[in-house]
Amino acid sequence: MSKRIEVNDLNVYYSKFLAVEGVSLTIEPRSVTAFIGPSGCGKSTFLRTLNRMHEVIPGARVEGEVLVDGDDLYGAGVDPVLVRRQVGMVFQRPNPFPTMSIRENVLAGVTLNNRRMSRSEADELVESSLQGANLWNEVKDRLDRPGSGLSGGQQQRLCIARAIAVSPDILLMDEPCSALDPISTLAIEDLIEELKKEYTIVIVTHNMQQASRVSDRTAFFNIAGTGKPGKLIEYDDTNTIFTQPSVQATEDYVSGRFG
Amino acid sequence: MSQLTAPPKTDAPAGAMPNSYATGRLPRFVPWTILGGSFIIMIAVFALFASADPEGGFNAPGTVFLSVVLYGIVIYFVARMIEGPRRAKDRLVTTLVTLAFVIALLPLVSLLSTVVLNGTARLDVTFFTNSMRNVVGEGGGALHAITGTLLMTGAAAIISIPIGLLTSIYLVEYGRGRLAQAITFFVDVMTGIPSIVAGLFAYTLFVIIFGPGIRLGIAGAIALAVLMIPVVVRSSEEMLRLVPNELREAAFALGVPKWLVVLKVVLPTSIAGLTTGIMLSISRVIGETAPLLVAAGYTNNMNYDLLEGRMQSLPVFVYSSYVSQGTEAQAYLDRAWTGALTLILIVMALNLLARFIARAFSPKLSR
Repeated sequence: MSKRIEVNDLNVYYSKFLAVEGVSLTIEPRSVTAFIGPSGCGKSTFLRTLNRMHEVIPGARVEGEVLVDGDDLYGAGVDPVLVRRQVGMVFQRPNPFPTMSIRENVLAGVTLNNRRMSRSEADELVESSLQGANLWNEVKDRLDRPGSGLSGGQQQRLCIARAIAVSPDILLMDEPCSALDPISTLAIEDLIEELKKEYTIVIVTHNMQQASRVSDRTAFFNIAGTGKPGKLIEYDDTNTIFTQPSVQATEDYVSGRFG
Repeated sequence: MSQLTAPPKTDAPAGAMPNSYATGRLPRFVPWTILGGSFIIMIAVFALFASADPEGGFNAPGTVFLSVVLYGIVIYFVARMIEGPRRAKDRLVTTLVTLAFVIALLPLVSLLSTVVLNGTARLDVTFFTNSMRNVVGEGGGALHAITGTLLMTGAAAIISIPIGLLTSIYLVEYGRGRLAQAITFFVDVMTGIPSIVAGLFAYTLFVIIFGPGIRLGIAGAIALAVLMIPVVVRSSEEMLRLVPNELREAAFALGVPKWLVVLKVVLPTSIAGLTTGIMLSISRVIGETAPLLVAAGYTNNMNYDLLEGRMQSLPVFVYSSYVSQGTEAQAYLDRAWTGALTLILIVMALNLLARFIARAFSPKLSR
């Protein structure tokens, strides 16, 4: 289920503005990779290029290649819709569909795509996805209630359940805990630890403790100044990044001396 | 109006220190006393005027208005002396805001009460079961006008809701650059079209096809649609823009194609606002007189067929009953008022329906 991501010399533009320049890295399957760096350095932008979500923003475009198990996401004739079915995404703010119940939210990936599913299959998928997101025990008695009635942390786990219900190969998380309290954060971090067994996970975070807790490898992004493109400064094992980084800027950032 | 400025309750036990935050306030009864006092003074003043000039009679609106003005002045100075300038200004502005609200409401209440009082005289079964065919004096009804209005407005809605809705979806979800800007500009221009021009447009359109003098229900419907489309586009556009982008992104991230995102996420989320907007646009055109007079003409007869012959509508019925009063003027006037009342009732029913639909479809937020 889980796949390797290989990025070669990727540039991201917003219209004429070069937002991210020259990123090359390889993300191993069944691992957690954290992107850290100051605000505006292009972490989220880069993350979005991994499932072509940046295309939702008018004027955004990409140069270079992103290979998922050898298939170029930006090759000719690639359908972004198909890419997004393989590469799921969880956003910074929990965003359950307000018109749908908890159950419908989990099934959204199926129903929104007009796929038919028998009642028992659907029940099974709802239960397994919610189990996978550590939410089943909290919501099993109120599956028909609106998803927006849950607490923030539960909503975020609902969104994760929704993302894994379409069984993607890769799961992208854009600061999934930044709007949550420490206990919900812990719940989600435990969840990431478990999801790692099946998925390739890429997580953007501002919280360096979180990066050191959950990730196997860490990528540090930085910008030289406003208006300059963001660059990948260093990419290494999380331990190395946090204990003996090879670049001075990384050490300054992880030790809190700037940024 | 003193409720907003009422001092908080001080439940201090007897003998205890008074709450220092609650001192220096006017007791709660003072504003009401001043209001009552200024009413008594003004009633006395206007009664004097009335007795000096019996022809003029007692001026009730003037009394109310000047009483409130007097109250505003008195409460300002009283509060300034006891409570200080900040509270005084607060009380003055509260008075002004309330006064503005009452003034804004007065014409509406006056209009409604006039229509109800004058319209109930003929609000009987005959009015809703008869047309005006072969009626010269009393009796007769507006069934032909009611059906005409419903048919033409319904046809206009059927034409303009899909066009307007799809246009707004294009503008919000797909439109980029020149074309979208041009559409927005022309929609704005269309919003400003005088309704008679829309009527003339529909009339000339049908003259080209059928020759001069043609009057058809469908022509009236097209005239109304021309007026309705920009309103639908504008209101739906606003509603669709209110749908958070996060929801679209959430759906995209699940690998849902764009058209399904629009159909299954954006539209259901905004359905309440869309219905309200559409109902408001119907209310906007249902009272149009001029374009219908030009395009659909005027008749005393029942006509169910949009594609054949002239068609009466309620506004035109009211207008023509008023301008061409027959031998018994009062009968015509009564019918005109009842027609107006019926129109108001129809619009009100539509708005209630819109409320109901909006409530039934709005996103569920309860726990």
